Amino acid sequence: MATAVDKSRVPWWVSNLIVPLVNLVLALLVSALFIFIAGENPIQAVKLIIYGSFGYLDGFAYTLYYTTNFVFTGLAFAVAFHCRLFNIGGEGQAYIGGLGVFLVAINVSFLPVPIVWLLAIAGAVVFGAAWAFIPAYLQAKRGSHVVITTIMFNFIASSLMVFLLVDVIRDMKQMGPHTVALPKEIWFPTFKEFAALFGIKIRYSPLNISFLLAIAASFFVWFLVWKTKWGYEMRAVGHNTQAAIYAGISPYKNIIIAMCISGGLAGLLGINEILGVHHKIVAGFPAGYGFTGIAVALMGRNHPIGIFPAAFLFGILYQGGSEVTFDMPNITRYMFVAVQGVIILFSGALENLFRPQIESFFVNRLNRKVSV
Amino acid sequence: MVSPILELKNINKSFGHVQANKNINLKITQGTIHGIIGENGAGKSTLMSIVYGLYQADSGSIRVSGKEVKLKSPRDSIESGIGMVHQHFMLVENFTVLENIILGFEGELVFGHKLKKAKENLKNLCDTYKLNIDLDSVISDLSVGFRQRVEILKSLYRGAEIFILDEPTGVLTPQEVDELFKILRSLKEEGKTIVLITHKLNEIMDLTSEVSVMRQGEVVGHTKTSDTNKEKLAEMMVGRSVLLRLNKEDAKLGDVVFKVENLTVKDDLDVTRVKNVSFEIRSGEILGLAGVTGNGQTELLEALSGIRKVESGNIYLNNEKVSDKENLLDPRKLKAKGLAHVPEDRQRMGLVTDFKAYENLIFGYHDQEPYSKSSILRDNDIITYSKKVMEEYDVRPRSPQLITSNFSGGNQQKIILSRELNESPKILLVGQPTRGVDIGAIEFIHQRLIDMRDKGAAILLVSVELDEVLSLSDRILVMFDGNIVGERINKDVTDRELGLLMAGVA
Repeated sequence: MATAVDKSRVPWWVSNLIVPLVNLVLALLVSALFIFIAGENPIQAVKLIIYGSFGYLDGFAYTLYYTTNFVFTGLAFAVAFHCRLFNIGGEGQAYIGGLGVFLVAINVSFLPVPIVWLLAIAGAVVFGAAWAFIPAYLQAKRGSHVVITTIMFNFIASSLMVFLLVDVIRDMKQMGPHTVALPKEIWFPTFKEFAALFGIKIRYSPLNISFLLAIAASFFVWFLVWKTKWGYEMRAVGHNTQAAIYAGISPYKNIIIAMCISGGLAGLLGINEILGVHHKIVAGFPAGYGFTGIAVALMGRNHPIGIFPAAFLFGILYQGGSEVTFDMPNITRYMFVAVQGVIILFSGALENLFRPQIESFFVNRLNRKVSV
Repeated sequence: MVSPILELKNINKSFGHVQANKNINLKITQGTIHGIIGENGAGKSTLMSIVYGLYQADSGSIRVSGKEVKLKSPRDSIESGIGMVHQHFMLVENFTVLENIILGFEGELVFGHKLKKAKENLKNLCDTYKLNIDLDSVISDLSVGFRQRVEILKSLYRGAEIFILDEPTGVLTPQEVDELFKILRSLKEEGKTIVLITHKLNEIMDLTSEVSVMRQGEVVGHTKTSDTNKEKLAEMMVGRSVLLRLNKEDAKLGDVVFKVENLTVKDDLDVTRVKNVSFEIRSGEILGLAGVTGNGQTELLEALSGIRKVESGNIYLNNEKVSDKENLLDPRKLKAKGLAHVPEDRQRMGLVTDFKAYENLIFGYHDQEPYSKSSILRDNDIITYSKKVMEEYDVRPRSPQLITSNFSGGNQQKIILSRELNESPKILLVGQPTRGVDIGAIEFIHQRLIDMRDKGAAILLVSVELDEVLSLSDRILVMFDGNIVGERINKDVTDRELGLLMAGVA
C-alpha cells in the first residue's frame, strides 16, 4: 500500500514539474515500444520528431500553429474545471464558434479590417458560449450532468454543421461540404508574410497572428480566475458549493458563467482555423483539438503557465509525428494518434499512478538533508 | 512494575514547518481508562493517528505489550489489537450492523456458515458488554449514540484490546453520554484499555484513572486523575489560568430587532423539520437554542440566514419583513442589512478549505470595498487586512497565504468569527461556535460573543453543548422534533431540566 504523504511538505516543483515529467517520459517509453514493435527504430523516430518540429523554420511554424489550437481548447477546459465542471464539449463549441466567425466576417467584411477581426472574435466567443450555455443551463437548473450533455452536444454540433454545410451555407458552385471563401483582405496575416517583411523567404505554414491571440487568452484566463471576483466566485462554487451558497454566491449563475467563458475560449479555435488557415468553413475543421485540449489542461494543471508548455508539447507531437509518418512507412498516422492516446492516458487518467511514490521519495530525501 | 500495554517512545512528527508531535513519551497501563486532553492543535489527534497507523511518525518507536511494532496502516494496528472510534463514524449507511462489522473481514465469497458464526460471536460480545444492538438493523435507522456503539462493537469483533476514542461525546445527548460511559466502564472491567481523547474536563474527571495533558505538540503533564482537579488541568492545557466561568453582566435589553413568526421549514427530502416556530430577540440579548442535533436547528438556522426556503411564516429584521413563502432574501442582501451568520459546520459551509486563509477571510464580503474594486480583487489590501485580523483574533499561524485546511479546527473557527464579527452585525446567528474547538479558543470565542451582545447585537446561539448555552444565554429555548418545547430564563433553570426538555420528555 502506498503511504499517504503529507501534502504540505511536498515542494511545489515536485508535484508540478517532476510528476508530469515522469509521466511524460513513461508515456514516451511506452510509445517507443509501439514504434519498435512496428519495426522501426524509436531513436530514429525521436530524431525525426525533433527535426520535424524544430529543424526548419516552417516546420517550427507548424508546431506553433498546433500549439495555438491546443492553448485555446486547453484554456477552455481549465476555466470550466475551476468551477468543477468537466466540459468535454470543446470540440462542438469550437465548431459552432467557427460558424460564428464565418457568419460575422462574411456579413461585415465591408468594414475596416481590424473591426472585422474584432467582430469575428466576438462572433467566435458568442457562438461558442451559446453552444456551451445550453448544457450549462441544464446542469444548473436541471442537474443534467455536463459530461453527458456536452458529449451529446458535440454530436449535435457535428450533425448541425454537416446539415448547414450541405444544404444551407455550402458554396453552391461546387459539391464539397464547405462554404465560399472569405474576401482576401480580411484574412489573418500569416507567419510567412511576417517573415517576408524581414526578407526571409519560407514555405507556406498555417501559423498566423492567432498565436498572439492565444497568448492574450492565456493572460486573460489567469487574470480572470485568480484576480477577479468572478474567478473567486467560480472557484468557491467549484471547491465547496454549500459554502458558496452560504456566502450568497449563486452556483447557478457561476456554472453558467464558467461554461460560457469556457465555450467562448473553445470558439476561438474557429478564429485560427477560419480567419487564419482555411478562410472558409470546412466540414470537420476542429479535427479533435477539442478533445486533446482536455489532456493539455490536465497536463498543465489547469493553469495558463502549465497549459502553454503542455500545448507546445502536443504541437511538437503533431508536427513531429507527421514528419515521422512521411519518413517511416511502417508508422501510420494512426500510430501517432495512439502515441497521443498514451500521453493522455499517463498524464490524465494515470496521473496519480506514481505521484505518491515520487512525492514521498522527495519528501524523505529533503528531510534527510534537513536533519543532517 | 507491569509493562504497559501501549508505550510510545520519543515520537516526533511534523507537517511542513509545524511540529505536531515533539518527543512524545507515553505509557498506558492495561485495564485503565487513560485520558488525553489538550487544546485543538495540541497534537492529540495526530498522535492517535500515528498509533492507529494513519500517519507514520518521523522518528520514535511504539511498543504494544512490550513488543516493538511497526504500524504502517490501520490494518497493522488492528492486528496489534488497537481499535479506533473516530469522531466521524466510518459506517456504510445502507448496510446493516452485521454487514458493516464484517466488511473487509468476510472470510468467504458466498455468505454461509462463517457469517452465522460471526453473528453468534457478535451476539455474545453484545451481551458481555451490554451493548444492546440489533445486528440486523440498518445503520441509517440508528441514532448517533447507537452508531457509536456499532463502531465499538466493530473494534471488539476485530480483537481490539486498546480502544482509542476521539472526542466521543461531541455528538451525544447527556443521556447518551451516560450510556456510553457505562459501556466504557464495562469494557474496562473486562480488562480492555481505553484511550479517551477529549477537551472536556468533566469527562476526564468522571471516567479516567490517569490523564496526560498535551500542549503545542508536547506532553506537558501526566498524573493520576485523583491527584488533580479541573482547574489544574485547564491551566496545564493552556499554560495559564483559565476562567471556566464567564464574566458576564446582566443583559441590557433593547428593542426587538429580530422576529420569527409561525415559521415552517422543510429539508431537502421534503420533510418538515421546523414546525410553526415563533420567537423574537432583542438587541443586547443572547437567545440560546438548545436541543439534540437533528431536531430542526440546522434547518431553522439556514432558513433564517437566507440559505433555505421558507415554507410558511415570516421573518422580520428591524420590523421589516425579509422573508416569507414568496420572497427569499439571499445571504448577501441579509448581510447588507446587518445580519451575520456563523454556520454550524465550518468545513462544509463556513469555509472553502482549499482556499488560502486570506481568501476565506473575505468570503461573502469579497465584492465589497476595499477588498475588490470594479470586480477586481485587491490582493494587497486583502492581505494587509488579513494580517491585522489574524493578529486581533489570534489566528495561528499568522500566515494569510496558508491553505485553510492546514489550520486547526479552532483557528478555522476564528477565521470565520473574525470575518462575521468584523462588520459589527446587528443580528448574529451562531451555530455550534465551539464545536471541536480547544478550551483556550472557547474562552476567547465566548468572550467575543458577550462583547458583541454588550455592544447591542442580538444573538441567536444554537448549540448542542448544554454548558455553552447555559453559560452564554440570557434566555433559552429548547427545540425538539421541530417544535419549541420550552422557554426558560437562564437564571432559573437547571441542566437536568433542560436535558429532559431536549429529550422530549417533559
